[in-house]
Formats: sequence, C-alpha cells, structure tokens
Amino acid sequence: MITEFLQALSTQSFLQMALIAGLLASLGCGVVGTFVVVKRITFLAGGIAHSVLAGMGAAAYYGFDPLLGALVAAILSALLMGWIHLHWQAQEDTLIGALWAIGMAIGLLFISQTPGYTSNLTSYLFGNILLVPEQDLWLMAGLNVLLLLLVGLFYHQFLAVIFDEEFARLRNVPVTFFYLLLLCLIAVTVVLLIHVVGLILVIALLTLPAAIAGHYVHSLGKMMVIATVLGSIFTSGGLALSYAPDLPAGPTIILLAGSAYVGSEIVRRYRAQRLARRSIASL
Amino acid sequence: MNEQLAAIDIQDVSFAYGLAPVLQNVNLSIAQGEFLGIVGPNAGGKSTLLKIMLGFLPLQHGSVLIFGKSPEQQRSLIGYVPQYPAFARDFPITVEQAVLLGRLGATKRFGPYSAADRQAARQALQEVEADQLAQRVISALSGGQLQRVMLARALVSNPKILILDEPTANIDMRLETDIFDHLRKLNKRMTIVVVSHDVAFISDYVSRVACLNRTLICHNTDAIDGQLIQELYGYHVHHVSHQHLPFAPAA
Repeated sequence: MITEFLQALSTQSFLQMALIAGLLASLGCGVVGTFVVVKRITFLAGGIAHSVLAGMGAAAYYGFDPLLGALVAAILSALLMGWIHLHWQAQEDTLIGALWAIGMAIGLLFISQTPGYTSNLTSYLFGNILLVPEQDLWLMAGLNVLLLLLVGLFYHQFLAVIFDEEFARLRNVPVTFFYLLLLCLIAVTVVLLIHVVGLILVIALLTLPAAIAGHYVHSLGKMMVIATVLGSIFTSGGLALSYAPDLPAGPTIILLAGSAYVGSEIVRRYRAQRLARRSIASL
Repeated sequence: MNEQLAAIDIQDVSFAYGLAPVLQNVNLSIAQGEFLGIVGPNAGGKSTLLKIMLGFLPLQHGSVLIFGKSPEQQRSLIGYVPQYPAFARDFPITVEQAVLLGRLGATKRFGPYSAADRQAARQALQEVEADQLAQRVISALSGGQLQRVMLARALVSNPKILILDEPTANIDMRLETDIFDHLRKLNKRMTIVVVSHDVAFISDYVSRVACLNRTLICHNTDAIDGQLIQELYGYHVHHVSHQHLPFAPAA
C-alpha cells in the first residue's frame, strides 16, 4: 500500500503538491494549535472554522477565489468572537454557537444559489488535498511565513496573554490587541487547513497533534515542535494510507490523528497510575 | 520620587456592580513605606477596591492616584499577588518562565529575554527562597511554593508598591507566618497593601488596618478590639485565638 503511494509520489505532481500542502498545514497547526490547546479555546476556534463557509460561499457566488473568501470570513469571524469574549463573557458560549451556525447557514445559501458550485460543497466541508492548485501552495507558504514571524516577534506577549490575562494587563501588555491577534492567527491557520481536511474536520487537526504533544512535554516551545512533527506524520501518513484504496484523504488523516490521540491518552493514564502505585509502594 | 506624595490616594470612591453597591464614598491615603492591612467581611468590597487601585475596574465615582497619576499610567510601579492564580495549574511553563513574564513592560518588547532579565528573575526567586524551583513546571508545585513563585513574579519588576489579595488564604498557618515575615522585610523598601481575613494575625505585622464593609474605617493596629470588629461586620463575630508557630524552612 505504502510502496504504491511512494511510486506514485515520485511521478505524480498532484501527489507531490498534496504532500507539500500537508506539510505547510502541519507547521501552522503545530504552532497555533498549541496556543488553542493550552488556552482551552477549542470551541471558539471551532466557531471560527465553521463560520468560514459564509466567506467561501459568498466568494463562489460573486466569482472570487473561495480561499480568499475563507480568509476574509475567518478574520472577521475571529475579531467578532474575540470582541464577544472580551465584552460579553456571560453569553459567550451561546453567541459563539450562534455565529458558528449562522456562518454555515449563510455559506450554504450562497452555495445553493451558485450554478455549478454545489458539487464543490463536499470539498469545502471535507477538504480535498489532492486538488490543491499551485497558487494556493504559495498562499499557504506566505501565510506560514506571516504566522511564524508574528509568533517569533511577540512570543513573550502571546505567552503572557495565554498564561494570565490579568497579570499581562498589569505589566502593560496590550492584552486586547494580542488576544485578537491570536484569534486572527487561528483564523489564518484554519484557512491553511481547509484544503487538507475541510472546515468540518479542521478543529481536530488543529488540536490533536498539540494535545498529544502536551502529554509528553511541559514547555510551549517543545509542544509546538512536536505538534508540527506529529501533524506532518498524520497528513503524510493519512495521504499514503488513503491513496491505494482510493479513500478520501481528509477523514483518513483525522482518523489517524484521532487514533494516535486515544492511544496516547491511554498510555498517559497508564503511566500516571503506575507512577502513583510505585510512589505509594516506596512509602 | 517625591517623598511627600502619597503612594496611593483614594478620594470619594463609590462602585456598584449593576444595582448592587459595593463601595460607598471610600477615602484612603496610603503613605510611602506604609504596611496597610485591609480587612472586612466577604463581599465587603475588599477585592473590588484592590482592582480599582490596579486599574482593572473603571472608576465610576471619585479618584484614585498612584504616586500622583492614574493607576493605568503607574502600573509598572505596582507588583500584584492575586488570591487565586488566574492560570491553569497544568499550564506547560516552568517557574523561571512564569517569573520572567513579570519583566514584560520593564524590558525590550521583541526577542529573547536579556541577561539582566534572567538575573532579576534569579534574584526575585532567591528573595522568596524559591530559587531551587526555577526549572520545575508549575503543575509540580505545592500551594505554598506556588504562592512564593507568584510573589517572586510580582517582585521581579522591582515595584514601589506591592498589593496582595489574601496571600495566605490557601496555605497552612506555618507558611502564613513565613510569607508575612518576608513581607515585613520587603516593607523596608516598598509600600505594601495586603487584604486578609485574619485581623488578629495581620495586626502583628501591619502599621495600620483599614476595615472595609462597603464604607471604610481606618485604625492603628492597637485600636482594634472585639467591639469594633463586631460593628464592622454588622453581626456577632466569634473570637478564636490561635498561635502561629515559628517557621521551619520546608524541605
């Protein structure tokens, strides 16, 4: 199965581009996914991811690049949800849930009114890594550079805001600015991942590699590196496993990541219990 | 810094959450070098007053000046230790990294921390006798160790005022004495404001007590008796005597 994939990889340019798309997406999901996991804002990130369909649908309807529409919708959605978090905390869950559904509903309405685009709905929702055009690879690479530059420049400020917003404010860190910037980075990463797994499954690839990394290391930087490596393994592995039996790559990648997460969680709990038993025995 | 200027000057401050008034016409001037204790019943407005001093809550009525300027302008002069950590206890961060975050605002904005920042973090940890914990992750700390680390985080920016909200609420009595002995030493170089539930205990350390139950009454520590406490709380208060044992350093 893998040999067949490797042989095809050496000759088929669409597979090479798919592999590059997976690796580019992994970098974003490793770095930003770590922030999402430790800040515990998976639901908010899910809201951003799903409301992106509004932008994709509108862009398709008006004849623009759907990925550009996704980027604009993701940024707007991130800013709106960030504003809700900062100013309307009591209703945050309900409002994010509402925006999540409203975004999808707007997207579905636009797609239903776009002749010839209805067939693309599945690829928006579940991704199609095998159909990534070269220009989108350049866009993904550019977004990755922007993302790494911002995180590299403001790493301490992001850490301060994620760790303790109140204390960061006391140290004159512009908390609102960096919180909204963080949500914009999540929005950019969601767009990076849409081609690979689609917007329905994006939240799994954003969080699972970082969550697994968190089982083994206790530093944000190390979590980012390990999550990026794991993301690369899952996207490349999922692509390879899905190729021969002609399965959709997106769900295969997510199943691979999900299985690894469940396995890692079981190992972690077993190790914790064993350590506790050993500690009690040594008393 | 002008020595005549009050460290904290609160004039006629009132505050309400919606329809519920929490503070009413509070006036309080805290001199430089003072060690002030704030006591009062639960929901009496102690934490709200601290948050107004820190500039976390907007002023609805009255004025608050820190060394003559607004709290927002003077935040870099304030160190703060909250009652409960606002971060997740399993956050993947070492003690040293957490303390270094206290340098933000006092150091360059971009890139890695400087050697001076790391030296300041080491000194702050040494000051609270927690330097051996520097490389430990915060999830591995006990309640008392975490309290020392939060104190080091507040001290690393070399503040002129240290504000603490119930710093010993979650630790045992032995460590309570230890923390307050530290505060007494720190008071030689900074103004300290501490909120506490233990009137009798803090009376041994502070130079003045502010009793807060929506309105505020200030007393020298020798003027606090059972009747005053009962008037402040508005109901009968049981008087329980306890003795703090001398501190023996934790292993």
